[in-house]
Amino acid sequence: MKARKQRITWKIGGEAGFGIMSSGTMLAKAFSRHGYHIIASNEYPSLIRGGHNVITVGISTTPIHSLTGVVDILVALNKETIDLHKNNLHEGSYVIYDSKDWEPHETDFPQNTQFIAVPLSNIVKLRGAESVMRNTVALGVTTALLGADFSVLADVIASQFGEKGKDIVEENTLVARYGYDFIKKEYGLLDSYYLDFVQEKAELLTMNGSEAVGIGALDGGMKFAAIYPMTPINSLISLFADHEKEFRITYIQPEDEISGINMAIGASYAGVRSMVATSGGGFSLMVEGVSLAGIMEVPLVIDLGMRPGPATGMPTWTEQGELLFPIFSGHGEFVRIILAPGDAPECYRLSKFAFDLSQEYQVPVFILTDKYLNENLWTVQKKEFEHPSVPKNGERSKDKSHGDHVKRYDMSVKNGVSARSFPGDKNGLYIANSYEHDEYGYTTEDPGLRIAMSRKRLQKEQAIIDVSPLPSVYGDNESDITFIAYGSTKGPILEAMDFLKEKGIRTKLIHFSWIYPFNGKRIKDLLDLEKRLIDVEGNGTGQFAKLLKQETGLDIQEKLLKNNGRQWLPEEIVEKVI
Amino acid sequence: MNSPIDQFQTGISPTWCPGCGNFGILAALKASLVKLGIPNHETVIVYGVGCHGNMRDWMRVYGVGGLHGRALPLAQGVKLANSKLHVIAITGDGDCIGEGGNHFLHAAKRNPDITVIIHDNQVYSLTTGQASPTAEIGLATKSTPEGVLESPVNPLSLALVGGGTFVSRGFSGDIPYLTDIFSQAISHRGFSVVDVLQPCVTFDPVHSYEWYRKRVYKVERLTEKRQALECLSEWGDKIPVGVFYEEKRDTSEDREYVATPQLIDLPLEIPNREAFLGSFR
Repeated sequence: MKARKQRITWKIGGEAGFGIMSSGTMLAKAFSRHGYHIIASNEYPSLIRGGHNVITVGISTTPIHSLTGVVDILVALNKETIDLHKNNLHEGSYVIYDSKDWEPHETDFPQNTQFIAVPLSNIVKLRGAESVMRNTVALGVTTALLGADFSVLADVIASQFGEKGKDIVEENTLVARYGYDFIKKEYGLLDSYYLDFVQEKAELLTMNGSEAVGIGALDGGMKFAAIYPMTPINSLISLFADHEKEFRITYIQPEDEISGINMAIGASYAGVRSMVATSGGGFSLMVEGVSLAGIMEVPLVIDLGMRPGPATGMPTWTEQGELLFPIFSGHGEFVRIILAPGDAPECYRLSKFAFDLSQEYQVPVFILTDKYLNENLWTVQKKEFEHPSVPKNGERSKDKSHGDHVKRYDMSVKNGVSARSFPGDKNGLYIANSYEHDEYGYTTEDPGLRIAMSRKRLQKEQAIIDVSPLPSVYGDNESDITFIAYGSTKGPILEAMDFLKEKGIRTKLIHFSWIYPFNGKRIKDLLDLEKRLIDVEGNGTGQFAKLLKQETGLDIQEKLLKNNGRQWLPEEIVEKVI
Repeated sequence: MNSPIDQFQTGISPTWCPGCGNFGILAALKASLVKLGIPNHETVIVYGVGCHGNMRDWMRVYGVGGLHGRALPLAQGVKLANSKLHVIAITGDGDCIGEGGNHFLHAAKRNPDITVIIHDNQVYSLTTGQASPTAEIGLATKSTPEGVLESPVNPLSLALVGGGTFVSRGFSGDIPYLTDIFSQAISHRGFSVVDVLQPCVTFDPVHSYEWYRKRVYKVERLTEKRQALECLSEWGDKIPVGVFYEEKRDTSEDREYVATPQLIDLPLEIPNREAFLGSFR
């Protein structure tokens, strides 16, 4: 028997409506429960039926940061899957197909491609099951080909379909078993992709980035969310809507994003931690509200899930094209914080952090995510979620010197952060005013007051910079190549660095998940020490490099930019730098 | 404090034009809050932008000076966070029906327990007199020198058709009656709309106090929606004022279960966290 594999990549494709996504999720969960690290990425067009859907799952005995472009096992529920993804195959890959759909010409494929014909349609037909259950058969097939016990899959089928009733569980288990047994009987000698056993088993949770943001929000004390549906943040809506009663939170579907952000500001003004989430198009509608939060000094968290624009762009694909947009969003000058997680654990941590920051400084805080982060499935160690700190509340006004009126916008305070009061407080009356105002909130156009109040708000920026964390550094201390990146390109770069290490090239990644306000001086000092800087971004104009230049004066010459809607692959990065 | 109405005085003098219809609305609003015994710290008034919005400095409550057209979403957020508060939106015809039209329709649909007072004078006065969505055909304004060509929107038919559960009209030249309507609207549990006919003495020479006084007459509330729609649509030589329609329906706050406990009173931690995390296995 061959040595068992440390990592395999599996891909399933078929028509939308074939249950492609759910089969990927089930495979991911089946193996993560046994300690395997997973990353799964879906690709689909913006329609519900008839388009081509694909999900790719990487399963690894050790932590995995990104998929590569290479597929070990391809499950084709239609011929289109073969046509579109044949290029991902390598010598010795497996292709699982139904000869009813198509018959392969071996010469069209890499050498030693193993064609595994499985009568998917017949199996479900003989069982009297629905054709959508072909994916379940394929999961049985896959489990056998990975050398795993059938119980690994049966366990996840039971919990996944449990709510739908015993019959559905039994039916799915049965067809999966058929697929499993079929391989054991007909292809029992195929063991190239038997997975090795996990040595250090950590307890893992499987979730997409939106869910990680959602758990972070809940641990951050969020009680109110007003979110208009938009790809790629829709699973955040599901998470909140599904748990609304249990957690006593309120999720509202507003009539549009303008309403959403204003509702969230209203709830936050009244004393409740609130958030909105959207993508670029929806955020375009929200920017006026960001400005309102800015002048009223109302805490607000905005999850901005980037996808390719302009306008409708490519709604179901990924891009990092909106870095500068939130930084400069909203009319007028006011402070905002931008955080950009690089993976699911960071989605969780930074989302929670965003709520504390917005309370502490009374400013809008952005969690800048993207389609890749939001919709990818990730395994996160359970210990990441253990013992969360209790959310910090901002200071409550104790000022009694003015009767029932308070200087809500007291300008004498440190860092420009004045204590809040909430409607209902007997001694807390003030006006939360979109117009320029005095310390009580009353409207003013006085030039001196304007300057003073504007300075009060803007001085938060330096206070925030003073506590801002530096970027994370990964890799070799002394490096030949130093990658600069923000957000979700982290994973592919980390994987690329492993490849480069094998080639004897020393590399380092300086990864920014705290974006703005920018600590220009300290970051310049940090980057000045590096030999060769390469900026890697998922956009066409190098927005992060522009920001870096604006804030530090450093002008990075080498840029790797990609904006075709797909995330960077590690091998693409390797190819471009050597 | 000499009189209960003093709790609402800010000591800042209004800058509305002398004779502006807004004065009557401000007086009636204060009187109705006093009549209902609602203290200022339990009152949140959300303002849009327009002449009406300047009221924020002359009304001593928890005031929120919002954005143009966005008073209703802000007000709904406040009410959901703390449903014990009395939440009133002060808006204008341009603010509420123009810029914020979509919010108005959807608020009516949701039926939050808030009161909307529309300062309806057919013109955008703060921008020196352009036509508003409620301007009558033929009205000459700065943006329509040849007269308005489009049909006006009737805010109340929108409110009624949209699902509003309290639909009324007042006239700022009759403060006692307006006070009565406001009191009923604020007491109503649900989305209550008061369209207040209000002369702009500076930019609309046609619709003066006299013009309205000759036309307005009081109606009794109706229980049948279609009749109410017909009644409130009357406009011309006779203009009805009063409460046209009222019904009881679930409010947003009822559906969201935010009353017990209030969102603001919830602990910041979530319950059953361990089981919740387990669902991601």
